[in-house]
Amino acid sequence: MSNEMKVSAPSTRYLPKGLPIPVSESDGLSEPFWAGLKEGRLLVQRCTKCGTWQFAPEWICHQCHKFRPEWVEVEALGRIYSWERVWHPAHEALRNHGPYIAVLVELPHAGNLRLVGNLLGDPLQDVVIGAEVVGAYEHHREETPSYSLLQWRSKQER
Amino acid sequence: MNDTTEHSLRGRAAVVGVGETTYYKYGKSPVSEFELALQAILAACQDAGIDPHEIDGFSGYSDDRSDSSRLATALGIKRLRSSVMQWGGGGGGCCASVANAAAAVATGMADCVVAFRSLAQGQFGRFGQATNTPTISGEKAYLMPYGVLAPPTRFAMRIRRFMHEHGVQQEALRAIAMASYHHAQANPRALMHGKPLTTSAYEASRWIVEPLHLYDCCMENDGAAAVIVVSSERAKDFRQKPAYVLGAAVGASHRFAAMAHNSPSYGSADFETLAPDLFSMAKVGPQDVGSVQSYENFTGGVVMALAEHGFFRPEEANSFLQLENLIAPNGRLPLNTSGGNLAECYMHGFELIVEATRQIRGTSTSQAKRHDVALVIGGPMVSPASNLLLGSEATL
Repeated sequence: MSNEMKVSAPSTRYLPKGLPIPVSESDGLSEPFWAGLKEGRLLVQRCTKCGTWQFAPEWICHQCHKFRPEWVEVEALGRIYSWERVWHPAHEALRNHGPYIAVLVELPHAGNLRLVGNLLGDPLQDVVIGAEVVGAYEHHREETPSYSLLQWRSKQER
Repeated sequence: MNDTTEHSLRGRAAVVGVGETTYYKYGKSPVSEFELALQAILAACQDAGIDPHEIDGFSGYSDDRSDSSRLATALGIKRLRSSVMQWGGGGGGCCASVANAAAAVATGMADCVVAFRSLAQGQFGRFGQATNTPTISGEKAYLMPYGVLAPPTRFAMRIRRFMHEHGVQQEALRAIAMASYHHAQANPRALMHGKPLTTSAYEASRWIVEPLHLYDCCMENDGAAAVIVVSSERAKDFRQKPAYVLGAAVGASHRFAAMAHNSPSYGSADFETLAPDLFSMAKVGPQDVGSVQSYENFTGGVVMALAEHGFFRPEEANSFLQLENLIAPNGRLPLNTSGGNLAECYMHGFELIVEATRQIRGTSTSQAKRHDVALVIGGPMVSPASNLLLGSEATL
C-alpha cells in the first residue's frame, strides 16, 4: 500500500456521494474497525486466548467465550471469494450511475475472514474468483461524520 | 411417554382452512395492511367453516405489524391463549409460523391458531429500495457504503459462489423462473396470470445484479394470507380435507448469520441442518415428495434450497433443472405450482403455505399427480430459515 493511497484526495470515490455513512453501533462494538480505516489500517478481531479470528466483531469469542477479543492489524491483501456486478439502482444516490462491482474478499492470512468492498477499475472488467487483490483506502475526511472505506484493486493491474 | 412421537409434531396438527386477499402490485391495495390481515383471516375461517370468535391464538413472522392483541380485539375473540412471533429471518419464517401454531395446538396451549402474514409494501415501503438514512451501523454498515443495499445485492454473491463451486449455469436459474410463470398462467389469482414468460424474454431482460436477471427476482406486493391450525384430534370437524403437519424445522447452520458475508457455509441456502431434521421428523424422504413450494426471493436460492433438500446433488443442477421436470402434473418435481413469489404474489412466502395445502387437498390450479406429501421451503439464504412438510391422512 502506498502512502499516496492513504492520503488520497477527498474527491476520489468509487460510488457517488449520498450513500449511508458507516458508523459504529451506540455501544461502540465496531468503533476500532472504523477508526482503523481512517488511519489506513485494517483491524479485525483475534482472540488472545484461543487464537480464533472473528469478523464482523462481537463482544465475545465464538470459540472459547473469552470476552472482548483483541483487535489486531492485518495486511489488506486477499483474494476474491465472490462478486457481483450491480446494474439496478436501489438507492437514489445511484440513479443514472452505471454498473459497479462489489466483491467479497477473503483474507487467507487472517483466518479467511471476509470483507465486502468494491473492485476498482473498469466496471465491465472480467472478474475471476480466486484472483488476488490489494486494499486501497478511500477517505472521506470532508464528510460529516468523516469516514473511510476499504476498496480493492486487482493485483495484476498493479 | 416412551413413544417418540411425543417429541414430534408429526401428525399432531393440521391446516383446516386457508384464506387470501386479492393480491396487488405494491401500492395498489385499496385498503390498509391491517384490513388485509382481517380479510385473509376471515376468509380462512370461512374456508374451514369455523366461527372467527373461536380463534384463540395468532402466529406470525417477520415482525408482522398486524399484532395479535389488536387482531384479537378487532375480531372480538373470546380469549387469547397463544401469541407467537418468529424471531428474525424475514420470509424465512413462513414455515416457522405454521410450526409454532402447530406446536401450540399440539401441546394444549391453544385450540385454534391462525398463522398468517399481512404485508402492504405500498403503505410501508418497498423491499427493493434501500431506506434513505444519512448514517448506518451494524451489519449494513459493512455493506451499504459499497452499494450492497437491497436484497438482490445482499444475496447475489452467495448465489455466484454456489454457481462457481458447483458449475451451475444460468439456465438452471432460468428454469426456476419459467416454472413459476408457467404455473401462474393456470392460476387466476396470480399477478402474472396472462403474462407468460418465454426463454427469449428471460434472456433479454435486464440485469438487476449479475447473475440475476429481472425475472430471477421476486415481485413487490400488497396482500395477506392466513391458515387455520388445529390439533389433529379436531381436524375432521371442519369443512375441508385436512392437511396434516408431518414435520417442520426452524433455524440455521453454525454461525450462518455471521455478519458481512462471513457465514462459514457461504454458498448455501441454510438448509444443511434443517433438511435432515425435517425429513427425520416427517419419516419421509425427498423421493416421497409430490410437489415443492420453494421460496423464491431469487431463483438461485431455490437451486441451492432444492439441492440441500436432497432432490439432486449441486453438480446435477443443470440437468435436473429443466422446465419439463418442474411442472405439474407429471414433472419429476412440480415446483411453485401457484406461481409463487415470482409470478403469483410476493406474500412473503405465505402464499406457498396456502398452495401446499391446496396440493394436499387436490385443488391446486396446477395439481401435481402425487399429492400426499407437499413440501414448503421458507426463505433461502437467511437465518433463521424454516421448512414444512404437509401430508394427507393416508400418510399418517
